[in-house]
Amino acid sequence: LKLYCLSGHPTLPCNVLKFKSTTIMLDCGLDMTSTLNFLPLPLVQSPRLSRLPGWVLKDGSTFLDKELKECSGHVFVDSVPEFCLPETELLDLSTVDVILISNYHCMMALPYITEYTGFTGTVYATEPTVQIGRLLMEELVNSIERVPKAQSASMWKNKEVQRVLPAPLKDAVEVSMWRKCYTMPEVNAALSKIQLVGYSQKIELFGAVQVTPLSSGYALGSSNWIIQSHYEKVSYVSGSSLLTTHPQPMDQASLKNSDVLILTGLTQIPTANPDGMVGEFCSNLAMTVRNGGNVLVPCYPSGVIYDLLECLYQYIDSAGLSNVPFYFISPVANSSLEFSQIFAEWLCHNKQTKVYLPEPPFPHAELIQTNKLKHYPSIHGDFSNDFKQPCVVFTGHPSLRFGDVVHFMELWGKSSLNTVIFTEPDFSYLDALAPYQPLAMKCVYCPIDTRLNFIQVSKLLKEVQPLHVVCPEQYTQPPPTQSHRTDLMVDCQPPPMSYRRAEVLTLPYKRRYEKIEIMPEVSNKNGEKDGGFLLIQPNSSYCFSIKYKLPIIQRVTHILTDVILKYLFDNPISTNVSLDQR
Amino acid sequence: MPEIKVTPLGAGQDVGRSCILVSIAGKNVMLDCGMHMGYNDDRRFPDFSYITQNGRLTDFLDCVIISHFHLDHCGALPYFSEMVGYDGPIYMTHPTKAICPILLEDYRKITVDKKGETNFFTSQMIKDCMKKVVAVHLHQTVQVDEELEIKAYYAGHVLGAAMFQIKVGCESVVYTGDYNMTPDRHLGAAWIDKCRPDLLITESTYATTIRDSKRCRERDFLKKVHETVERGGKVLIPVFALGRAQELCILLETFWERMNLKAPIYFSTGLTEKANHYYKLFITWTNQKIRKTFVQRNMFEFKHIKAFDRAFADNPGPMVVFATPGMLHAGQSLQIFRKWAGNEKNMVIMPGYCVQGTVGHKILSGQRKLEMEGRQILEVKMQVEYMSFSAHADAKGIMQLIRQAEPRNVLLVHGEAKKMEFLKQKIEQEFHVSCYMPANGETTTIFTNPSIPVDISLGLLKRETAIGLAPDVKKPKLMHGTLIMKDNSFRLVSPEQALKELGLAEHQLRFTCRVHIQDPRKEHETVLRVYNHLKGVLKDYSVQHLPDGSITVESILIQATAHSEDQGTKVLLVSWTYQDEELGSYLTSLLKKGLPPSTA
Repeated sequence: LKLYCLSGHPTLPCNVLKFKSTTIMLDCGLDMTSTLNFLPLPLVQSPRLSRLPGWVLKDGSTFLDKELKECSGHVFVDSVPEFCLPETELLDLSTVDVILISNYHCMMALPYITEYTGFTGTVYATEPTVQIGRLLMEELVNSIERVPKAQSASMWKNKEVQRVLPAPLKDAVEVSMWRKCYTMPEVNAALSKIQLVGYSQKIELFGAVQVTPLSSGYALGSSNWIIQSHYEKVSYVSGSSLLTTHPQPMDQASLKNSDVLILTGLTQIPTANPDGMVGEFCSNLAMTVRNGGNVLVPCYPSGVIYDLLECLYQYIDSAGLSNVPFYFISPVANSSLEFSQIFAEWLCHNKQTKVYLPEPPFPHAELIQTNKLKHYPSIHGDFSNDFKQPCVVFTGHPSLRFGDVVHFMELWGKSSLNTVIFTEPDFSYLDALAPYQPLAMKCVYCPIDTRLNFIQVSKLLKEVQPLHVVCPEQYTQPPPTQSHRTDLMVDCQPPPMSYRRAEVLTLPYKRRYEKIEIMPEVSNKNGEKDGGFLLIQPNSSYCFSIKYKLPIIQRVTHILTDVILKYLFDNPISTNVSLDQR
Repeated sequence: MPEIKVTPLGAGQDVGRSCILVSIAGKNVMLDCGMHMGYNDDRRFPDFSYITQNGRLTDFLDCVIISHFHLDHCGALPYFSEMVGYDGPIYMTHPTKAICPILLEDYRKITVDKKGETNFFTSQMIKDCMKKVVAVHLHQTVQVDEELEIKAYYAGHVLGAAMFQIKVGCESVVYTGDYNMTPDRHLGAAWIDKCRPDLLITESTYATTIRDSKRCRERDFLKKVHETVERGGKVLIPVFALGRAQELCILLETFWERMNLKAPIYFSTGLTEKANHYYKLFITWTNQKIRKTFVQRNMFEFKHIKAFDRAFADNPGPMVVFATPGMLHAGQSLQIFRKWAGNEKNMVIMPGYCVQGTVGHKILSGQRKLEMEGRQILEVKMQVEYMSFSAHADAKGIMQLIRQAEPRNVLLVHGEAKKMEFLKQKIEQEFHVSCYMPANGETTTIFTNPSIPVDISLGLLKRETAIGLAPDVKKPKLMHGTLIMKDNSFRLVSPEQALKELGLAEHQLRFTCRVHIQDPRKEHETVLRVYNHLKGVLKDYSVQHLPDGSITVESILIQATAHSEDQGTKVLLVSWTYQDEELGSYLTSLLKKGLPPSTA
């Protein structure tokens, strides 16, 4: 039982579990924080960005000024943004038999794995995960491909060069492994390898291992996985939530009696209460609009946005915002809103009940019908005709490096009337804003992360009582910025085993039994002439000595059944049987 | 020997009132709980007194499974759970759970409000009954209790229809409900994996028919509608709100678009509109094409089909109207029918089966003068067409499903006895499995032969696989171990461990055998000859000549003595423990063949 850790990002995991001679990849997260080192991709020519000075070394040499630009004291790579892939060298990824996906955020590296490593196995995921994952990938590919960039910087990646660069570029890991975004054909090829599964469906792998997805309560179709044989059980908990939002609640009971529990995808903002953040979000939004400013919400096209729209649906009339237009801009905006309405079976009880009426489960259907919420594939086309200010815009990408959001940052950044509200927790908002400095626009940080916090984790662990817990090393110590908060770490007995990128762990387990099956042909022959067993009956329990196809038993039963049995009981230490009569 | 018992309370050699009791490994499951369209008395519901005469049914049933929302499969549910009394779990898919109470309420209204029956279930009972329903996902393994598990498979037929696998340990039954093996305009085809159940209970509505291709029927339908509309006539299509209505709407919608037709299409308000909503929200249950394109164009948002208003029936000019109910026995479809029946330019198309006694049945059997209430005589001049669009598997489809699932036995329900008989023979011939077709109240018993799962100690497994050559997957392997049966569990452990656990002393069993050899030489010379012989033959074994004059082959002992009477005969005493039986008996037979002529 071995765990290969291919990603160091605790919420975008990628691990490989070797279990009973099957090789199972758990999630395929893509670390996109690497893009923060790049300049944003503007949709329309940005004079400000193109005027940024090239970076000059302390000694005055300018050989990097084409690749690196400086903005308010930060240095950025002027190139197509690149992503930090999971480790591909730690083991031969073509030997991976199956990939289990826990939620749509954790599958973004899938095309890199399935299309570049010789992978020939099967990927398992739920239907909402696949559909929404496809939308996320589509948006990503689209927002990068629509801004073709002539130059591709590579000089700075040279080890000697990287050493002299300022932080954070200097400390960036494995820059040589960073890759450009995949293409739509690759996405389609990757997604075609997925087999759809339902919650609590038992999937047999090669007859040796059974895997089962369980509802994890975090997102539409999000799942935890049980990987088990008859006598070993590994639970993989990734991105779970106990809050009541739109998805089906988390299934905790089925995680009980695990030998090993792998714990990833906890909240990235353990100190923020999501409910409070939503309140703050609404009040900041209302205040800005009332003062005549615009609100920009950088977000993913699916997930928390559904909950935000639902809150706004209840809030806008009472806050007097009924006439403010809400825009949702993404190449997949329409699809995302439509898809959210058809996954009744994956929704929480309240939403299911609505579908039974039948009514759309999410109230954004009504927002669209009443024209309060409008969605557009991009800022070009219809949007430019309909665009009215002040307004609220939901658009991606939350990294602020590509997508329509770049345009609104350039457009609204100069006025202090406008506000950008960060709700997605994946990127540090200060880093995200760095290439836009100096900025007059107000910035509000309301990260909404519904995943488990440490209090919930310790409660969960007490409840399900795994023998061993394995988690990323980040969870075994307090966050670096709050080193005194010893409550912000996983606390359990025995202490969790921790892993970091590129490490291989041997997981502890002890099993004493294995399941086999006795064919009915064998068991039925008990007592018959050419049978299989010798029977002893000590007290209440039976004891069969069994030999398959064993001539001795045949012979014994042939000649001596009664005699021997009787003799065995009378004379319990040894028996001598003469075969001379034959 | 373990057995599975099946008793249909309804749908045994009959269509309607589906209700089948299954007993498997001590668990009792009821499959469907339907009503019979053809009866208005006690016979309309299954006879639950078969299960128990007194006391609540909860004590006798572990769970109830409903395959889909048609009333002949769920119509008796509120009566069963609220009036007879059952509090256990009822399983159905999400769409079935959503739509079922609406159809039950509709059924109740017609029976109580229109026909004035009393002693029928109430709206509250429907609500209370639905509270006992647990919704299941496709392919989800639902653990009813520790031993009993069920799993749903896609069945086509209608929105949310499912086949169910019922499994206890190694024994399993699959119940198909109603299913369709060919995808239609709005639903996909039924699918099941090679789950090899002990018993497959399948519907057999179209046991003897191989239906012509659906395309032909569709073309026929469109042609008739088109012709009528072209000559300025009106087309009435009586339908039930859910199911065929949506398929036909899609068919007409696409045809109207392609042909650029202008004549209005209406569907009667109420249920049908609501029904389309269900299809929109449960679009993941429809066929692949609709699912793929729903973002661009939701097939259930019809452009050409508009809601019907009562006043429209008198509008001049051509039109097409879908109206409920489907058998023309009451409501809007009957009203419109009365208005239009007198004009030979008009047409009524019956897209489904009609029960005896209904207006639909009468006109389909050729009656042209109908007596309506108030002794009025209605003369039917309009054209009457029948077109089967019901989505059941035909004989080919049923055989295909059997091939997919590979059951050990097949049991037919939901069909006519004569047709079943034909299909039964066909199944037995082609698949060489037993096929049953019990009548209502008749019990079929099937014997099963399950494998016995055993826990084997890992130490033993490793030790046993380490012995001998590298494991060969294809060859059976000899294993030594002790099986301990305790508290209903089986464990296979090493004999030492078993003895320790049970507090027993090991019992030695030794076999001895005397082999006579003709050899006039001295004893020790005979021994030497035997030794040389064995050493030559048994090259892979350790053969030793001990100082006391005996020979050992591994742990087998051979001693030679002269025969007391005949000095020319030597007696070889071979002795071995039962663990060495194989080698021991081989050795004896080897020695019995005698020694080779001496070379010394």
